[in-house]
Amino acid sequence: MPEITKLIHKYLRHDKKFPHVWCPGCGIGIMLGALIRAIDRCGFTKDEIVLVSGIGCTGRLPVYVDFNTLHTTHGRALAFATGVKLANPKLKVIVVMGDGDAVAIGGNHFIHAARRNIDLTAIIVNNSIYGMTGGQYSPTTPYGMKTTTSSYTHIEQAFSISELAVTAGAPFVGRGTVYHAKLLDSLMEKAFMKKGFAVVEVISHCHTQFGKLNKMGSAVEMMQWQRDHAVTVEKAANMTEEELKNKFKIGVLIDKDLPIYLDEYEKIREMAKTKNK
Amino acid sequence: MKNKKNRPYREFLLQGNEAIVEGAIKAGCRFFAGYPITPATEISEAMSVKLPQVDGTFIQMEDEIASIAAVIGASLAGVKSMTATSGPGFSLMQENIGFAIMAEVPCVIVDAMRGGPSTGLPTSPSQSDVMQARWGTHGDHPIIVLCPSTVRECYDLTIKAFNLSEKFRNPVILLVDEVVAHMREKITFYDDEEVEIFNRIKPNMPPEWYIPYVDTPSGVPLMANFGEGYRYHVTGLTHDIRGFPTSRPDEIDPFIRRLFRKISQHFSELQFGDFYETDDADITIIAYGCVARSAKRAVIDARQKGLKVGLLKLNTLWPFMRTAVERVLNTSKIIIVPEMNMGQISREVKRVNKGSSKVFTINKVDGIIITPQEIQARIKEVA
Repeated sequence: MPEITKLIHKYLRHDKKFPHVWCPGCGIGIMLGALIRAIDRCGFTKDEIVLVSGIGCTGRLPVYVDFNTLHTTHGRALAFATGVKLANPKLKVIVVMGDGDAVAIGGNHFIHAARRNIDLTAIIVNNSIYGMTGGQYSPTTPYGMKTTTSSYTHIEQAFSISELAVTAGAPFVGRGTVYHAKLLDSLMEKAFMKKGFAVVEVISHCHTQFGKLNKMGSAVEMMQWQRDHAVTVEKAANMTEEELKNKFKIGVLIDKDLPIYLDEYEKIREMAKTKNK
Repeated sequence: MKNKKNRPYREFLLQGNEAIVEGAIKAGCRFFAGYPITPATEISEAMSVKLPQVDGTFIQMEDEIASIAAVIGASLAGVKSMTATSGPGFSLMQENIGFAIMAEVPCVIVDAMRGGPSTGLPTSPSQSDVMQARWGTHGDHPIIVLCPSTVRECYDLTIKAFNLSEKFRNPVILLVDEVVAHMREKITFYDDEEVEIFNRIKPNMPPEWYIPYVDTPSGVPLMANFGEGYRYHVTGLTHDIRGFPTSRPDEIDPFIRRLFRKISQHFSELQFGDFYETDDADITIIAYGCVARSAKRAVIDARQKGLKVGLLKLNTLWPFMRTAVERVLNTSKIIIVPEMNMGQISREVKRVNKGSSKVFTINKVDGIIITPQEIQARIKEVA
C-alpha cells in the first residue's frame, strides 16, 4: 500500500460501512484527501478535531472520518461550529460545506462568521449545483447554464464565494480546484494554521448533474476545464482584464491579521470581573 | 442580612427575565447565544453582563436559527447552554430544536410568549405558543415544557429545566408569558439554600467500548463531550446506536420509541404544579403562567364568599400533567380553564376528561391579561 493511501486509512472510520455516497469521479474525494493530508501535516490529534458539516453531498463527508464529527442541519454548520469553538477553544473546528449549503441557505451565517472572525476553517466545495437533490441551480450556477430548475437557461448572476468572503472580512481566503491537488493541500494547511476565520473555496465538478446537463463531458474533462480556466494569483497579477475574462484566480486571495474573537472575548471577561469587584 | 430563623439571606427585586438568568447561572449555564426580540431581550442583556464574570460566553448571533445552532454546538462541546426568544424567533428555531431532540443534545430554550400569529403583539402577553412548544418541530418527538407564574418560579424552573435537559438529553423549553417575563417581584435567596444540580452522565469506559446511542435502563445514553477522547458521529439523520445514519426499519423503530420512552418512563419526575384548595372544591380552575395568578386571586375571593373553588396550577405543560388533572376531574364537577389563547390546554383537559366533569373555558386573545374579575364572573356563570 503506498504511503499516501496508508495515511488516508489512518483517518477513515473503518466501522462505518463503505462505499460512500459520492458518485464515481466526484471531486469531494480529492478534497477529502487534501483535508486529511493537511490535518496530518499540521499535527492535530484526532481528538482535538471537530469536523462540522451541513446538508448535501459535502455534508455527508464527516461520517467517514475518525474525528469528533457533527452533521448538522442545512446551511447551519457554521453556527453550530461557532458554539463548539466558543465552548471549548482548544478544539480545532473545521467546517465543510457545499455551495448551496454555504451561500444560499447558509449565506447569512457565512458572512457573519467571516465578519466575526472566530477561529474556524470553512471549506466550501463549489460544484455550481445542488447535487444530492438531483441538479438544481445554486447561487454559484453561472448565468446561461442549464440545471433541472433552469432547464431553459439560468438567468441569475452567480456569487463568487471567495470574493464574498473577502468582502465580508475574512482574514484568510484561498481558492483551489480539485485538479490542482497539491495547491489544495497547501491552501488547507495554511487555512488550518491561520489564527482566525479561514476560507478555502474548492472548485469542483458535478459531472453527473451539471456536466451532463451542460454537455461538459466526464469528470476528467471537467477537471481539464478547471485546469484551463484557473489562473494562479501570481500569474493573474500580470494579466489584463481582457485576458482574465472567463478565468478564475487560484491561490491565496487574502491573508491578513485581524483581532481574533476569542482573544477579544478574554478581554471582556477581564473587564467584567474587574467591574464586578 | 438574616431572617427570623437566623438564616443569612439576600433579597432582590427582580424581573422574571432576570430571575431566569440567575437560575441559569446557578444551574451551571456558561454559554448563551441569542438574538434581540421583545419580550425576551432582557435575558440576552443580563447574560452579556453576567456570563463573562463567571468565565462563560455570551454571543449575539445573526438570527435565532444561528442562536439555537450555536447553543447545540456549545452543549456538544460540554457546556450547559441556553437561548431565549419570543414567538417569531421560536418559530425560526424549530428545525434545530428537532436536531437537538434527534441528536439528544441537552439545552434550554426560553420562549417569552407574546401575541401572534406572525409579528403579532410584541409587547403584549399571550399564551398561544403552548402547542408550538409541543409540536413546533417536525416529526414525532418528545419534549419537556415548563411554565412559571412567579419570579421565584422563573428562577426555580430554569434550574429544573437545565437539570432535566442534562438528565434526559433533551431540549427543555421554558415557556413564560410577557407578564411573567417583565413583572418584578421580591425574591429571596438563602445562603444555605441547597440547590440540586444535575450534570449529564458521561462515559468512563475505554473509548473503544463506548457506543454513543445505545439504550440504558433509564433510556438515556451516556453522553461524551467533544474533545474528551470519545470520537463519535452526531447527526440529524435517523441513526443507529453508533450514531451512523441508518435506513434499516429494525434500527429506526427502537430508536424513535426509545426517544419517547426516556421521557414517558419518568413522567412522575416531570410533573410540577400546585393544588390550591382543591380537595373539597366543587369548581376547580386549571391555569398556568400569569393567568394562574389571577386565578389564585379569584379562588381566594370566591372562598371568602363561601364558594368551594380551587386551583390546579400547572408548571409542567408537556408532558401533560394527566394524573394531576384527573385528580381534580374526579373531585370537581366543574372545571374552568382560563387561558390567553383559543383553547390550547383546555383541549388537553377535555381529552383527559371522561365525562365526569364539565369543562368550561375562558379564552382571551386581545393582549390583555385575564383578570380575577373575569374568572369570578365565569365562576358565577357556570356555578
